[in-house]
Parts: sequence; structure tokens; C-alpha cells
Amino acid sequence: MTVTTIGAAQVHVDAEGFLTEYGEWNEDLGSQLAAQIGIELTDAHWRVIRFLREDYAEQGETATLRRVSTQAGIPVKELFALFPGKPAKKMAYVAGLPKPVGCVLSVAGPSRSSERTARRGGIR
Amino acid sequence: MQRLLVLGGGTAGTMVVNKLRRRLDSQWQITVVDQDDAHVYQPGYLFIPFGIYQPSEVVRSRHRFIPDGVELVFGEIDLVDPDANEVLLADGRRLGYDYLIIATGTMPRPDQTPGMLGSQWRESIFDFFSLDGATALAAALAEFDSGRVVVHTVDMPIKCPVAPLEFSFLAEAYFRHRGMRDRVELTYATPLPGAFTQPVASAQLGSMLDERKIAVEPDFMVERIDEERKTLVSYDEREIPFDLLVTIPLNMGAEYLARSGLGDELNYVPVDKYTMLSKAHPGIFAVGDANNIPTSKAGSVAHFGVDVLVGNFCQYVEGKEMTGRFDGHANCFIESGDGKGLLIDFNYDTEPLTGSYPVPVFGPFGLLKENARNHWGKLAFRWMYWNVLLPGRPIPLPAHMSMLGKHQPRGQETAATEEQS
Repeated sequence: MTVTTIGAAQVHVDAEGFLTEYGEWNEDLGSQLAAQIGIELTDAHWRVIRFLREDYAEQGETATLRRVSTQAGIPVKELFALFPGKPAKKMAYVAGLPKPVGCVLSVAGPSRSSERTARRGGIR
Repeated sequence: MQRLLVLGGGTAGTMVVNKLRRRLDSQWQITVVDQDDAHVYQPGYLFIPFGIYQPSEVVRSRHRFIPDGVELVFGEIDLVDPDANEVLLADGRRLGYDYLIIATGTMPRPDQTPGMLGSQWRESIFDFFSLDGATALAAALAEFDSGRVVVHTVDMPIKCPVAPLEFSFLAEAYFRHRGMRDRVELTYATPLPGAFTQPVASAQLGSMLDERKIAVEPDFMVERIDEERKTLVSYDEREIPFDLLVTIPLNMGAEYLARSGLGDELNYVPVDKYTMLSKAHPGIFAVGDANNIPTSKAGSVAHFGVDVLVGNFCQYVEGKEMTGRFDGHANCFIESGDGKGLLIDFNYDTEPLTGSYPVPVFGPFGLLKENARNHWGKLAFRWMYWNVLLPGRPIPLPAHMSMLGKHQPRGQETAATEEQS
């Protein structure tokens, strides 16, 4: 875990650039994180991000695409349009949350591939 | 009189009642509910499409594995009412309980992907995580002459996450042995970014796909199947045409859990990942594939989890603090074709690594390394399952994962040590 500067804020991030402290995020920071991965946030994006933030506060886990679609009523197709390529990862990145588990295991320590990603400066 | 009710008499439920019947005294009434009397050895599904196992070799009577002193009730579960401590069956019967253990697993849901259950179902689209699906696929493979075979997973998590990889390896060997490999184009389509979820295993398994000339289509999230064009279509509008599709449909927990308000968006019961106690309701545990713990949905996890649960349960009902902490331990043999296999062993904190897995007498087994001993280990496991595992007899495999014999990736020694402390 390292401290990095995004805009004027000092925040804690993991090896892939995901924020690790829920409380360090705010909406300004969200816009800047989105800009880093080439996304300009619209109302439709904010609806997703606010749901993710609230759901994480209740569940302690980042919602998967399926959960966003069933609980917030935003179709998966739309999530792919809003956050092209790897929507689950990009949504979490912008919302300042950990990557969703959504897979079979968790893991100790960063992988080397993710360290490479971090050196390149975040997810693309 | 105390009443323990177990929902589901599959791998986890059968082990739980066998172990708890020995631990709890005669003041305890134990009941297990299941909808039928057919217990399927699910790891055997993989071998049926290739004619290695016949369907009759993987099914036995459920009641044979339920011990004396445990009542087995057949019926369809309609609802759990956690406020009334009662389970309602579809035929109107009501079963009261003081403690409830949910072990109804997970099942394939082809109805959840548009176009899957249409005109091509069991014509050119097959699943193999059901007895009739695996049997139908055996006939289709025997007749298959040439074309595009796509092995596909709708979404994670799935029961036995390595099964689609194993199927791909076995299919490649099957076509090669029949002298038709050059007439078959094999594709592996996955919602994951690579062959598997974790870096070391993903690299190893990915290179095994490359060696076998199986094309990988990563990050593929299917939206629908175009039946007429026999094509998988993803949310980001990529297309994969097929002549034969072997798919792992979306896996979901039982529907009664959704009706009862006990499940998450995939009908899995949210539990504390160390104790498997429901987060919402005291007195309710969920074990095996039915819960939402972040590890593989697999028989080995059910087995190691039950070992921890049984000790904890006895403390819990006496009002004591539960001291067992499940670490998410899983291990799986991976069939790789040509009479060989691999073994992986991991938990919440440690990804599958290379090295060796020590087992008294039969071992050591090579981790993430192909050899014949792992293949024979997998085949011998069927005997172990019926005769040792289900009856809850001791197995010389500790519930918690051990780092003994494992090679740690360079630079991670300290990270892993810190995580464990």
C-alpha cells in the first residue's frame, strides 16, 4: 500500500491504484479518478457510483455487475456502455472501492502483473 | 429436546449429519430434508461425456449415507421462516427447528441466459453439470465429426471452477485420440481476464491451453445466444460462432432462499466467512456451495468447512464463543488429458502455487504440475468420496491449508507471512 497524490488530495492506494480507505473518497476525487481512465462522468455514471458507495457501506463488499443490475435496476448492457471494456473494475476504481471479488478466490499480496499495471499508472 | 434441521442431503449436508450425530447426545433430534433419494458423485460429471464413466457409476441412494438416528425427510422446500423457526415444504408440511444448517448447494440455471434454453438446447448447446446434460453430451460428442467446439462459462462463481478447463483438456485429447483433432477448432470463452483467476495458476493453465492450440477468449460476458446463427453474443458485442457449445450456465443457489429473503442476488446465504454463521439470523448456518464465502464452490471446501463448522456448532449451542476459523481451504485435482492431472491447493489468503502437496502413504502430489499420480488420485477419489468422506470418517488431510512444500513467488515471501500473522 502506498500514498499517492490525486489532484490536491493525498490518498492511500493499492498496487493497482485502487483506493484502500473508504473515507478518503469524495465526488471530486471520483471525477479525477474517472478522468485518469478516460471517462467523463455523466448523471448515468453517478447513479452507478452512488449506488456502489452506498451498497459497499451496507455490505462491506463491492457489488458485482449482476448485483448492480438486480439491486439498482441498471442493465449490465448499460454498465458496459458507461464503463467500456472492464466495467466491474472501472466502476470500483472510480468509486474508490476494492475490486469486486466476483471470482472464486481472494489472494495474498499484489501479483506482479498488477504491480506492472500500477507502474504504468492505473487501469486502462 | 433440541432440534437441528439440515436442508440438503448432498455432499455438505451428509457430512454434517454424520459428524454431528456422533457429537450431539440423544437429546438432539436431527432431521435432513432433500427432494429425492439420488445422491450424485458430482466430480464424475466431467467423465461422462467422454465415456470414461457411465451415468450409473456416479449415482447412489441418498438414504444409504444418512446414519441411524437421523431422520431423512423427502420433500421440496418452499420457504424458511426464520422468525417462526420453521421450514415449510411445498406439500404443506411444517418442520420446526431450534438450529438450521442450510446445505442446498448451487445449480446450473440455463434459463438465465436468453436463447440458451431454446431450439438448440441439447441439439448443439449442452451443459455437463447435470446427469441428463452430461449423458446427452456423450452422445453428441460421439457423433461429432468436425467444426467449432466452444467451451464457455456464463459467469463466476461456478461449482468446481476448474471444470471448464478440465473439459477443454479432455476434449482436446478425445478428438486427438480419435484422429480428428485437425478437423476441430477449440475455443475457451471465459468471463475472467485469463485461463483462471490467480496469477501463478492462470499462467500455468493458460500455457497448457496454448500448447493444445485451444484459443482463449477472455473477459467474455455473454449477453445472449443467437439460436439461428448458433453464436454467443457478449455485452460488448463480440461474437463467437459454434457448431457445438459446451456451456456452464449461470450457477445460483436454491430459489426458496430468495423467497425466504435469505439469499443475495445469486441466492447464496451471506455468512461470516470464518464461522459460516448467517450474518442476518442467529441459529442459522450455511455450509458448502450454498453460502457466499469468497473461495471455490467445491467438495473439498465443503469438506474442510464442515470440519470447522462441526466443532463451532457444538460450542455455539452451549453459548460458548466459537473458536474455529475457516481459512477458505480448497484443493482440486485438474484432469489434463492423456492420463495425467494437476493438483491445486489454496485458501482465502494464498493463491494456488507450485511445489508439492504432502499426503501420508499416497503422496506427495505435485502442485500445478502434470503427472499420472494426480490423475490416479482423482480417479481414486470416487472411492474415497463414498466410503470415507460422506460417512464423515477421518481423512489425513488437515482442514487448514499449509505452506509446507509450496514454492512462493519471489518477492512475496514477506507479504504472505504478514497476511498469515
